[in-house]
Amino acid sequence: MTVGIAMLVHTSLARAEQVARHWAKNGCPVVIHVDRKVGRSAHARFVASLSDLDNVKFCARHSCEWGTWSLVKASQDAAEMLLASFPDVRHVFLASGSCLPLRPVREMVDYLAERPMTNFIESVTTEDVPWTVGGLDAERFTLRFPFSWKRQRRLFDGYVNLQRRLGFERTIPDGLVPHLGSQWWCLTRQTLTATLEDPDRPKYDRYFSRVWIPDESYYQTLVRLYSTNIESRSLTLAKFDFQGKPHIFYDDHMQLLRRSDCFVARKIWPNANKLYDGFLSDDASIFTGAEPNPGKIDRIFSKAVERRTKGRPGLYMQSRFPNDGWENGLTSAQYSVFEGFTELFEDFEDWLARAVGARVHGHLFAPERVEFAGRQKVFAGALTDSAVLRDYNPRAFLTNLIWNTRGERQCFQFGPRDNQAINWDIAKDVNAQISVISGAWAIPLFFSNANFSDIRKEAARLQKIEVEHLDVLRSFHAKARVRIWTMADFVENPMEPLQTIIDEIGIRSSHRLTEAPRMVSLDGFGQFLQNLKNQGMQPHLMGDFPVGAQPPRNQKKPGKPYLVK
Amino acid sequence: MGIARSYRLRWERKRWRVRALRKRRQLSAVVDRTETIRGDDILVLSTLRNERVRLPYFLRYYRDLGVSHFLIVDNDSDDGSREYLAEQPDVSLWTTQGSYKRARFGVDWLNWLARRYGHGHWCLTVDPDEFLIYPFSDTRSLRALTDWLDASSIRSFGAMLLDMYPKGTIDAQPYQEGQNPFEIAAWFDSGNYMISRNHKFGNLWIQGGPRARAFFADRPERAPALNKVPLVKWHRAYTYVSSTHSLLPRGLNLVYDEWGGEKASGVLLHAKFLDTFAAKAAEELDRKQHYAASHEYKAYHQHLKDNPDLWCKWSERYINWRQLEILGIMSKGNWA
Repeated sequence: MTVGIAMLVHTSLARAEQVARHWAKNGCPVVIHVDRKVGRSAHARFVASLSDLDNVKFCARHSCEWGTWSLVKASQDAAEMLLASFPDVRHVFLASGSCLPLRPVREMVDYLAERPMTNFIESVTTEDVPWTVGGLDAERFTLRFPFSWKRQRRLFDGYVNLQRRLGFERTIPDGLVPHLGSQWWCLTRQTLTATLEDPDRPKYDRYFSRVWIPDESYYQTLVRLYSTNIESRSLTLAKFDFQGKPHIFYDDHMQLLRRSDCFVARKIWPNANKLYDGFLSDDASIFTGAEPNPGKIDRIFSKAVERRTKGRPGLYMQSRFPNDGWENGLTSAQYSVFEGFTELFEDFEDWLARAVGARVHGHLFAPERVEFAGRQKVFAGALTDSAVLRDYNPRAFLTNLIWNTRGERQCFQFGPRDNQAINWDIAKDVNAQISVISGAWAIPLFFSNANFSDIRKEAARLQKIEVEHLDVLRSFHAKARVRIWTMADFVENPMEPLQTIIDEIGIRSSHRLTEAPRMVSLDGFGQFLQNLKNQGMQPHLMGDFPVGAQPPRNQKKPGKPYLVK
Repeated sequence: MGIARSYRLRWERKRWRVRALRKRRQLSAVVDRTETIRGDDILVLSTLRNERVRLPYFLRYYRDLGVSHFLIVDNDSDDGSREYLAEQPDVSLWTTQGSYKRARFGVDWLNWLARRYGHGHWCLTVDPDEFLIYPFSDTRSLRALTDWLDASSIRSFGAMLLDMYPKGTIDAQPYQEGQNPFEIAAWFDSGNYMISRNHKFGNLWIQGGPRARAFFADRPERAPALNKVPLVKWHRAYTYVSSTHSLLPRGLNLVYDEWGGEKASGVLLHAKFLDTFAAKAAEELDRKQHYAASHEYKAYHQHLKDNPDLWCKWSERYINWRQLEILGIMSKGNWA
């Protein structure tokens, strides 16, 4: 008893010859179907090249096109000839010209001999298949497909839509339950003859000849009528990408294929010399006796599909530039934006760096220069501190910075003096944690030595900008985690909000803050605000500060850090 | 895209094609070996001037990748480039004294050659200082890539220009003929690229890297474009529009994914910043044959007086394509 190979060939005839010879020399008779599209002389050369082997035969040729009945017809003819010509064949294995046996043929023959009644064919009901292309699964069986998907796509799609709209449905022959699965199967003589010699076969053939991609459903459906001994998996390792094309194996997949323990793999790149030489040579045979385990190879290919469909979040590059809303994350990692903190606390950047162990920048979007941590002139990814370059594409600057520092949390300061172009970007970014002490921009003005009329003008400008900025942060489009305190509220009890922010950053969240940043002295700040009011400006973002010399409660121990238990 | 816009672009494409047809008269064949081109050969198209010292490595690099034939336009070299190329068995060479600028920086000439000899072939259009890196380029030949692109019904393959530079001043390490230029110019900027969309042609416009940071920090809008689509399964109706940055029909420029995924892409390692650069920049400035009043070369000239060091502590040293993949400069897409 042995295994017969039905082989469908349409290109790379030299490789097909090599593989057919390998099967035949190892005692497996082969019947080859050559696509009619192969030219006559090429076909003749191919036939001649295998003429020295008496267990290799060629069946009648059909012109094959993907997705059509012709492929089933080819496999039927090849299988029929195989069963008729080689009576000692017990299993028929359907293979293509670009299939490559990965394990010694002897091992596969033994494996099948131990399971003489088992049909290896992936056969899954239409409800349960996640992998159909073009959204057609159940409809493959109920619509008509007179147009070629490859050559007449518009007509194909149009006709499908028309039938859907008209509610057209073909009736499925009695007794058939549509099943789908890989077109590469291995069936027993018993099952296959029952299928091919069934008196109802003309009826089934007529029906399936108008089903779309019948080679993935003909045997998969009919086998359920004739056998109960079905292993619903293919012995052929074939991975498909997101468009339903088979992945191709190259020389550098050698180790991966070896470890898969599968009997046969497809598709192999025709010029993959190392694979062909390695797997078709006899001395390379490693008798593992293991069960096939394609799971080992799955991961690498499903990752490839994921990269193609989802990509790496937060990455903008030459072959990934998502439309608005399709970024799958505007940035690649979480980061924190602090507004008003460096104005209120003298040593905020150093303190924060100590408290959370993150990279703490100054005002990255400051008008003069980019204030990188430590005021470096160049930072990760060779971003420079040039404000002109940054402002040329502020969003790219931000996404680049976050991408370049993957694995390290970034914190930066922001305020109304800075470039506001990234307002919406950070507000809509779920990775952003934005903490605002509103009105704190007034503190540098309070300490500045400028003319009061200039201060008043600048205060009005900054307040206007911050009001707009806060509107953005409070918009219902905003997805960032936003916290806003008025300056008066914050000064009242600074430790609690600081603790909340630090906890959320969560890098050293295990312990309570023991050290507070040093707050600037706000003596006279209330009077300063009153002066602005007296000049006709209305500073309202700070909240209510008492006028007069009364300093806020926390200023009783000026300049000295305090401890919180 | 509206019908009107599509129609206008159609006419623009026809205009470039007619122009290429007209400019073909400037080309005179030095050696024409095009009859040796076989049906599925991969072709390299290039235009050059005085690049003799670079040529041996350039030809070897692409031969090793699996390129079978080179179609080269020599723009009036006087350093022996022409004689050297004429001896190569896989090079077809044309020469011209025509204006590089008025042939739209060589695009018209190469459009003509691609149209005449490239139809149905994978055509790789690169300068002699550009070296293609693609996913798995260390283990798979260029043919593996083009076969995969064919099987995936992809007609064009994007490869961003990545400026490479040495550590230390540009002229510190002289380049020897035949040497791998990236032994000297081994460093690049990994993450300072700025991208926007060109809505007319649908391509991305990428700027950044060492040139933007060192030469154009005050005029970033003038920083050179780095987006390129060098590898195309050519059809005689196609045409490059502006260098290899964009093509028509515009579908060929869609080498990026707009729905969050990543398409496969490569990188053109750019060996511009070698010791030959200063002389080249001075000569080009003199000839005034470059893009937009040669402002690019003016900027180079101005900065080169100080003999700059492009290297900084955040520069990355080139290792292999996997490194570029991890850094997000190129992508495997769904090629595995």
